[in-house]
Amino acid sequence: MRPATREGLVEGMRLGFGPGAAVFVLALSFGAAAGAAGWGLVLPVFFSMAAFSGSAQFALLTTLSPGGAVSAVATAVLINARYLVMSVALNDSLSGGRVRRALQAQALTDAAFVVAHQGGGRFDLPRLVGASAPQWLFWVAGTAVGVLTQPSPDLMNTLGADVVFPAFFLMLAMEELRRSWRAVVGAALGAAIAGGLLLVTAPGNALLGATAAALLGALPDDYPRRRRGGGR
Amino acid sequence: MKLWLPVLAVTVANFVLKAIGPLALGDRSPSPTARRVIALMAPVLLAGLIVVELGGEDWANLNSPQVLGVGAAGVARWLRAPMLVAVVCGMAVAALLRL
Repeated sequence: MRPATREGLVEGMRLGFGPGAAVFVLALSFGAAAGAAGWGLVLPVFFSMAAFSGSAQFALLTTLSPGGAVSAVATAVLINARYLVMSVALNDSLSGGRVRRALQAQALTDAAFVVAHQGGGRFDLPRLVGASAPQWLFWVAGTAVGVLTQPSPDLMNTLGADVVFPAFFLMLAMEELRRSWRAVVGAALGAAIAGGLLLVTAPGNALLGATAAALLGALPDDYPRRRRGGGR
Repeated sequence: MKLWLPVLAVTVANFVLKAIGPLALGDRSPSPTARRVIALMAPVLLAGLIVVELGGEDWANLNSPQVLGVGAAGVARWLRAPMLVAVVCGMAVAALLRL
């Protein structure tokens, strides 16, 4: 392994450990809910190992009984539609042929996507893989522990466990917003779109809609200056 | 089997969603404009995730201890606390507010 690759992997693992701890808390809730729904031990753990997607797994678990299998699967897939956009964004930073790139893209998670971002639309692949590895381990382990111990949702809430995920996202956002004013404006617009869409549609759709704010990047680099200059 | 089929369907769909970009684009490089759009994906997605996590469907999940806890974690981080310490601060604030 080249030193730069090993360094990237180690750095990614270090940066992925924090979000991984948050993932563990979320996985406890998923495991407990799946156990309570009669999924047994093997199925939830297999689901976490193979799908490795909190939002889709929760969506399937909560909609499967009341809504029927087809609508539950559709909801779970729609909630992850953002990965389609993210995989397009990531593609130029991957290497090899199409299949090899498609396999590399499986390391994609929300936190790993951000941790691997180097600015300017470039992503560090070893960092992406490194950041995903601890999250996967925590996600699978947390699911198993959740099924076996069945922690009470009320207790988790009382302990402030619901703070963990948004807090990590906030801290990752603080790093991203330092890059440029355009990132600040884009984030504000994305938050506003997501907030507005939450009133009319499911959270997964709201999140997908928020990614439209990235189209702000289609404006030229010197957009405000050029516009003022052109008006004279 | 009734449960396994939807689980397998979501697993396969998840794999495909992540694979679509590389499978469709191969080694084609994005234009400078596309690159600028891609550069904004991370901050935009994070902002959306924070809002969705805090609000939930129809904003029904919004609760002040959680929001203040997340804010406290942000302040702790801004004061240069390590990430995990900042998160524990946020959890402690939310837990205290719920006493």
